Amino acid sequence: MKKNTAFFPRQVIEAGGNRWDWALLPLVLAVLVLLAYGAEQMTRPYQVGSALPLSLDPLSLPYDLLRTTLRMFLALGASLVFSCVFAVLAAKYRAAERVLVPLLDILQSIPILGFLSITVTGFIALFPGNLLGVECAAVFAVFTSQAWNMAFSLYQSLKTVPAELQEAARVFQLSGWQRFWRLELPFAMPSLLWNMMMSMSGGWFFVVASEAIAVSNQSIKLPGIGSYIALAIEARDLGAIGWAIGAMLVGVLLYDQLFFRPLLAWADKFRFEETGDGEGQRSWLLTWLRRTHRLRAIGRAAAGLLERSFTWVAPPPDGTSIRARRAAAPSRWSRASDAALAALVMLALWRLARFIHTEVGWREVGHVFVLGGYTLVRVVVLIALAALVWVPIGVWVGMNPRISSRMQALAQFLAAFPANLMFPVAVLGIVHFKLDPDIWLSPLMIFGTQWYLLFNVIAGAAGVPAELRHAAENLGLAGALKWRRYLLPAVFPSFVTGAITASGGSWNAAIVSEYVTWGDTTLQAHGIGSYIAHMTAVGDFPRIALGIGVMCVFVMGLNHFVWRRLYRMAEDRMHF
Amino acid sequence: MAQAIVELKSVGKSFRAADGAPRAVLEDVDFHLREREIVALLGQSGSGKSTLLRIIAGLVGADRGDVRYRGQPLHGPARGISMVFQSFALFPWLTVQQNVELGLEARGVGKQERAQRAAQAIELIGLSGFEGALPRELSGGMRQRVGIARALVVDPDVLLMDEAFSALDVLTGERLRDDILALWEKKQIPTKAILVVSHNIEEAVMMADRVLIFASDPGRVRFQMNIGLPRPRNADSPEVRALIDEIYAVMTAGRPRRAAEEPERLPLHERLPDADIGRMEGLLERLLEAPFGGRADLPQLAAETGLTDDELLPVTAALALLDLARLEHGDLCVTPLGQRYIASEHSERQALFGQQLLARVPLAAHIRHSLEQEAARELPEEPFLHLLRESLDSAEAERVLRVAIEWGRYGEVYDYNYNTGQIQLPEPATPAP
Repeated sequence: MKKNTAFFPRQVIEAGGNRWDWALLPLVLAVLVLLAYGAEQMTRPYQVGSALPLSLDPLSLPYDLLRTTLRMFLALGASLVFSCVFAVLAAKYRAAERVLVPLLDILQSIPILGFLSITVTGFIALFPGNLLGVECAAVFAVFTSQAWNMAFSLYQSLKTVPAELQEAARVFQLSGWQRFWRLELPFAMPSLLWNMMMSMSGGWFFVVASEAIAVSNQSIKLPGIGSYIALAIEARDLGAIGWAIGAMLVGVLLYDQLFFRPLLAWADKFRFEETGDGEGQRSWLLTWLRRTHRLRAIGRAAAGLLERSFTWVAPPPDGTSIRARRAAAPSRWSRASDAALAALVMLALWRLARFIHTEVGWREVGHVFVLGGYTLVRVVVLIALAALVWVPIGVWVGMNPRISSRMQALAQFLAAFPANLMFPVAVLGIVHFKLDPDIWLSPLMIFGTQWYLLFNVIAGAAGVPAELRHAAENLGLAGALKWRRYLLPAVFPSFVTGAITASGGSWNAAIVSEYVTWGDTTLQAHGIGSYIAHMTAVGDFPRIALGIGVMCVFVMGLNHFVWRRLYRMAEDRMHF
Repeated sequence: MAQAIVELKSVGKSFRAADGAPRAVLEDVDFHLREREIVALLGQSGSGKSTLLRIIAGLVGADRGDVRYRGQPLHGPARGISMVFQSFALFPWLTVQQNVELGLEARGVGKQERAQRAAQAIELIGLSGFEGALPRELSGGMRQRVGIARALVVDPDVLLMDEAFSALDVLTGERLRDDILALWEKKQIPTKAILVVSHNIEEAVMMADRVLIFASDPGRVRFQMNIGLPRPRNADSPEVRALIDEIYAVMTAGRPRRAAEEPERLPLHERLPDADIGRMEGLLERLLEAPFGGRADLPQLAAETGLTDDELLPVTAALALLDLARLEHGDLCVTPLGQRYIASEHSERQALFGQQLLARVPLAAHIRHSLEQEAARELPEEPFLHLLRESLDSAEAERVLRVAIEWGRYGEVYDYNYNTGQIQLPEPATPAP
């Protein structure tokens, strides 16, 4: 070995990196080139009214995939920044918390279509003569489907940083900046990443809605998978739909392997529970990256820069300095802000009442509530049906460790798959067999979200302690008794977790699935989702707002009165 | 007399209770920590000793009185004061070295110097070779060593230890304690004073130059004892045993069972000791066996049963409360009733337990009385919780009610449904004719 290296001047060897560097080089270069190309395409000149080149040629799909993926990652980045700002503000300042948290609670139950129709003109005006404005609107639409749950998860993590760690951070006088990077963000990382993955999946669901934008009676179709699908639906081209699904699968697989897997495997060290199963996530790419020499140096440089930045922020004043003196809580101020907040809420309510009275009328409100009731019945019945199917299967799978990990990965993948791509098939079936859309469109709502139920139940069943399992066998539990006393209570907490996600997703999916088009055939089920979708198609803003508002009331009511209670019950007495 | 580093003058601290009324945790506490001195704070849980430690750490502000560090008023965490935590408070995603460097990083110490000082501290505390390990790879004892190295690397004037050894097993805890005392005696650490909060009496006597015993409701210093023995001390020496005995006597004497004949009436919100019934019976049985024969020295009983002080003291308090045993000068003696109790069958024991509970624990009697007024034979737990919250903080109120419920269930005085949160009268065993 030594003899070989002696031939070369020192710099040559140093600059060479190792063989892992060389192996990863093509991948890195490819990603960089694609990013540059995509960015260039996004900022081309564009006038509203001119058509963008689109075709149903499968060969254009890689390009479409690049554009769509780029948009989704931009939105994800924006969501991340938003989440950090939101969570830090809400967790640190009580006054901000009291406004921001309820606001986010409302925002997250607003279906994203609502945002798009309201904001797109503003974005176009922001970049006149350039495609960037429309791109921004599309990215913003995806952002609204991704940001809320990430922000909430980060906020909740920041609120639950263990007290002793917080005290340690204060005793050792960490600055706010340092505390965020050293304590708060790492603590929040696992659940934040998990929510990022869910957000990505959620983003796919609205990819059609976000890329095919209607503005001032014109339809702009940005190049991307969503527009491709929209075009295929207009042209009734089932083959093209198949190609689009294939392209999406490739996209999901690629960013899962190249982005989320390595991140998850890396974030394994941020797990806070000291015990727990040692089976962490694995990623070939991360293992590869960790063996490289040059690329790791880049990572280390970034970490070094972060470390240096800690010295730029002044530490908190020492405890013996007058500056560390706690200001006595000015109760007058907090009371004044309370009063202001109450006044604002009252004002908003009054405006709302007036708006309803003048713009839509109270009868319409009653009608929309009835429609909301229909959708509520659908959601509840579907979740119950899905539970009947998936709980036994999930329990069976979870109890078989050999297949459970593989099935869980499959279910996660299915959850990421946008179910709305299957809708055309459903439409064809319903039209062909002349079925009642009120009933047969319903299953589409839960098509994409039932998988959350499945993989949570699998995880729950796999987590049943071995001793309990042995005890049940030893006692000879069987039949109904076994389910009632042992299996169902054991998976209940994870079932509730899955059902909460599935229910939330189903409401959002209602807008897409109660109002389905295939070429010039439009199938409509009675429900609040189809009401919103129909009003969006017609462009009736007051009624869109009304529909969204009522849907919010339903979603929040269901969350508050059913899911949160069940969740608390599960937390309180059904965990091991 | 050496100079005082930390000075507290008539310090008071209250927390706002659920109903908005302030509840005193500390009242009128005077305290000095002098140079070259180790002080231990002892007391039952809820006596405010932890709060006092946190006031000195600058984590909690005092409501009343004057807190000074080196003559300066203290408003927040000070540089010269460092802390070791009960459950270590290590950042699990940082390596041992990064954890140790944390405080230096916050002070803007350069990378080179940081590494050098961390290496020194790691070496000093016996962690060499583990620099790159993550905390989750270490055993509890090693983790606490990281916690101590992290506290020492910033060259603190004052080291605060919040039950630093209580999460470790006895052997590991003792070794770590001896290591720190050795560093202190040899002046290998620049620390000028150490304040230890503990519930282990032996630990306090082995470490401290001065032991302060806290009383609860509200927390205040009840008793102070100087320990002039040279270190290292031998836990089995008669001097140390005598001191431990004395402290046991002081700590148990405060129980409201001074006059054996005429017990004073307990308040409804008496902090019922967190005593497990199985453990109470086990202790009582052990007390009647050889070598005790009905009367035991508490430290000896602790050694014999393997119970730690925070496990043993509540059990003895509960036995005394129910008059199954009596505390006299740090000794525990079985009462005639206790003898009868142990001689009885299981169901008789339960009846006896229930009878004593009603006679001697006002809260239990009140619950039973209230239930008997109800036609439905049941009541929600909330009114009782509210009653307790008027004088206890929320968590403590729940704990006390939980103890009362557990005891009541065992004595078949009342029952409780966890799912509905209802306290109810037990169903009669045989239906009335």
